[in-house]
Amino acid sequence: MGLKTFPGGVHSDDFKRFSKDSPIENFPIPSKVIIPLSQHIGAPAKPVVKIGDEVKTGQLICEPGGFVSISMHSSITGKVTKIGRFPHPSGNMQQAIEITGNGKDEWVDLIDEPDFLSLSVDELKSRISSAGICGMGGAGFPTHVKLSPPPDKKIDVVIINGVECEPYLTADYRLMIEQGENVISGLKTFMKIVGAKTGYIGIEANKPDAIANFKKLLKDEKDISVVGLQLKYPQGAEKQLIYACTKRKVPNRGGLPMDVGVVVQNVGTTIATYEAVRYNKPLIERVISVTGKIVNHPRNLKARIGSSFDELLEYCGGANEHIGKVISGGPMMGFAIPTLNTPMAKTSSGLVIFNDKDAKKDEEHICIRCSSCIDVCPMNVMPSMIANSVKYEDWEGARKAGAMDCIKCGCCAYVCPANIKLIQWIDIGKNKITEIDRARREKNNEK
Amino acid sequence: MKNEKFNPPEQSVAGLFAVSASPHIRENRSVRKIMWNVVIALMPALIAAVYFFGIRALTLTLYSVIAAVLTEAVIQKLRKKEITVLDGSAVITGILVAFNLHSGAPWWIPVVGSVFAISIGKHVFGGIGNNPLNPALLGRVFLVASWPTLTTAGWKTNTLGSISGIISNLDIPAVTKLVSTATPLAVLRELRYPAVLAGLDKSTLQSFAGEIVSLGSIQNLFLGNIGGCIGEVSAIALLIGAFWLAIKNVIEWRIPVSYVVTVFILTYIFGGTDGIFSASIMLPIFHIFSGGLILGAFFMATDMVTSPLTKAGRIYFGIGCGLLTTVIRLVGGYPEGVSYSILLMNLVVPLIDKFTIPKAFGGGKR
Repeated sequence: MGLKTFPGGVHSDDFKRFSKDSPIENFPIPSKVIIPLSQHIGAPAKPVVKIGDEVKTGQLICEPGGFVSISMHSSITGKVTKIGRFPHPSGNMQQAIEITGNGKDEWVDLIDEPDFLSLSVDELKSRISSAGICGMGGAGFPTHVKLSPPPDKKIDVVIINGVECEPYLTADYRLMIEQGENVISGLKTFMKIVGAKTGYIGIEANKPDAIANFKKLLKDEKDISVVGLQLKYPQGAEKQLIYACTKRKVPNRGGLPMDVGVVVQNVGTTIATYEAVRYNKPLIERVISVTGKIVNHPRNLKARIGSSFDELLEYCGGANEHIGKVISGGPMMGFAIPTLNTPMAKTSSGLVIFNDKDAKKDEEHICIRCSSCIDVCPMNVMPSMIANSVKYEDWEGARKAGAMDCIKCGCCAYVCPANIKLIQWIDIGKNKITEIDRARREKNNEK
Repeated sequence: MKNEKFNPPEQSVAGLFAVSASPHIRENRSVRKIMWNVVIALMPALIAAVYFFGIRALTLTLYSVIAAVLTEAVIQKLRKKEITVLDGSAVITGILVAFNLHSGAPWWIPVVGSVFAISIGKHVFGGIGNNPLNPALLGRVFLVASWPTLTTAGWKTNTLGSISGIISNLDIPAVTKLVSTATPLAVLRELRYPAVLAGLDKSTLQSFAGEIVSLGSIQNLFLGNIGGCIGEVSAIALLIGAFWLAIKNVIEWRIPVSYVVTVFILTYIFGGTDGIFSASIMLPIFHIFSGGLILGAFFMATDMVTSPLTKAGRIYFGIGCGLLTTVIRLVGGYPEGVSYSILLMNLVVPLIDKFTIPKAFGGGKR
């Protein structure tokens, strides 16, 4: 089988051995959940409950705060006890709703519609939208928005991102081998909604059993095929995955997959979509890998959104060494969070625990211009040059070196022998350039 | 520099865990590892030098390294900076300064060269990472300009005989006399100006040129059994080192390959004495393995700090070095052009980088 891939990237130990053989387990329903209003890209959701309200599992507690936004649902049965600022899985403090459970798990009414694929496109989309689904790989783009391209953008390919290229994480892998049929049903739903004739499931070569599972399930499917991909980070980055599967290149400077007729969806998102269109089930739980060298029993847990990382880790037996760093998401693009007393969100694909040794960071050395960062950059930009421009506050220089095309995959900083925090520098540049552009636009509008 | 130290607090504060920007894992690489790998890669050439030129090759190299390291330490002490001599970069400069001298040079020549290389070539610009020119080459050029006779004349011949087996077999007294004090490249260049060699007729010279560019002499060039600088003579030893650097991901093919290929093509076209394409195929091979080309192409042109960042830029850089080397060797006043050509190309690196920023990965307009 010829494995496909993209130019650039890095080879890293995938560290998946800790949790990959642990089947998905249900994490007990927590006695309290904290549901952040912003778990996605776009406007934060607007609460429709107030303190003291009784809520059922799956009940709407927030409606979308804008077009690019999603709704939120209570993930347990109980009472709204607080609306305020709580630690957020991206490492800071954000608005969230606290719900204290009453020990019961009473769901809103669900349906079962095995023939969901015969529903109209509008009905399917509205079910996805009202289930509050966003991309569950990490970025959290609202799924119903992704499935509603403007009429001039014809979509002909849907790709399911089964790459899970972040080291340590195994949640998607477990879903693919345990719930392969549901992934296919979800993919068919997407294909129907956008009118695509072709479906791909892209999987990296380090998950041969997932590839084999889909090959078996897809024996009689003409339109859907599995694409085996080389083991290389960031194979699961959207643009890189699209290129590997279709040889299409998403335009740079803000181009989107739909510009080349492609929609990409993460495995978790696909299963959530299947559950939404078939059962009308809102997104209130997801699979998260709780893993790391020092975790006593690394596991893949199906846990309610808003469960605390602390309890998840405890359920996995805690850590057998002093904890140095806690990462929400994967180690390449995830967030280091200051406290375990943080809730998991719809985008929380992993909880990775490092000991002090792995958390230790060396000082930044001066750049020796080795150009490793440039050689590995999958976006073909110039990380060291951007960082240098940012240090000198030469924002135009940073722009020319490609700051705005950076996908923040972290390959550059991963290989940098001088330990330069390239992503951080590039991020400063990106933010500043965005600011400059906004100011410039506003000025032009005034004229 | 503004924001020079941008190190947000990473240590746990009041029971909180360390936070930092992603990524949270890193490849096991460091500047120090890269530099010491280069030092390791230069060892085969040093061993070859000791084999061919005797222990003096080693002592000169040691003088040079000690001078380089001490200079760096003193300057960093004076500037109240962290002393980083253990990162290996000064050691490399020291070795390379010595490698660019012949083994008959007096002991203070490499010392002066290294002091100059580290102080003027490196620390004047702010130290590692900031120097626009290859310090070791700058040191060599400084020495050649200041003490031309001590650095270029009186090449120590091989311990294994005269310049090479085949040359000693040539029973031409004048030529033997000449070659015993010159490098093969110097001999070759003299042949292009026959008037310099009074008393030799043209046919003798041409047959000598044929001999020098013969297979036997190429073999000697490859092994290093010739006159020349300490570190440049043994192509095979240098290539073993370069292979080590390539597998350690320290050097990359673009600069050395484009450099060597350019020299090969240009000397093949223009190297002959009877117009273009008059050279035998052995001549470009001779050019590649003689003088400092292998040392230059694999160890000096590839110096990270002074070579282009972009992939395309590295190709242009290598071609530029090759072009200048060939021009200097074939029509310039010096027999050898590697050091000047790399230094000249070092100067245009910022320009090359500026004009070769690649297009970001992606299709056309959205």
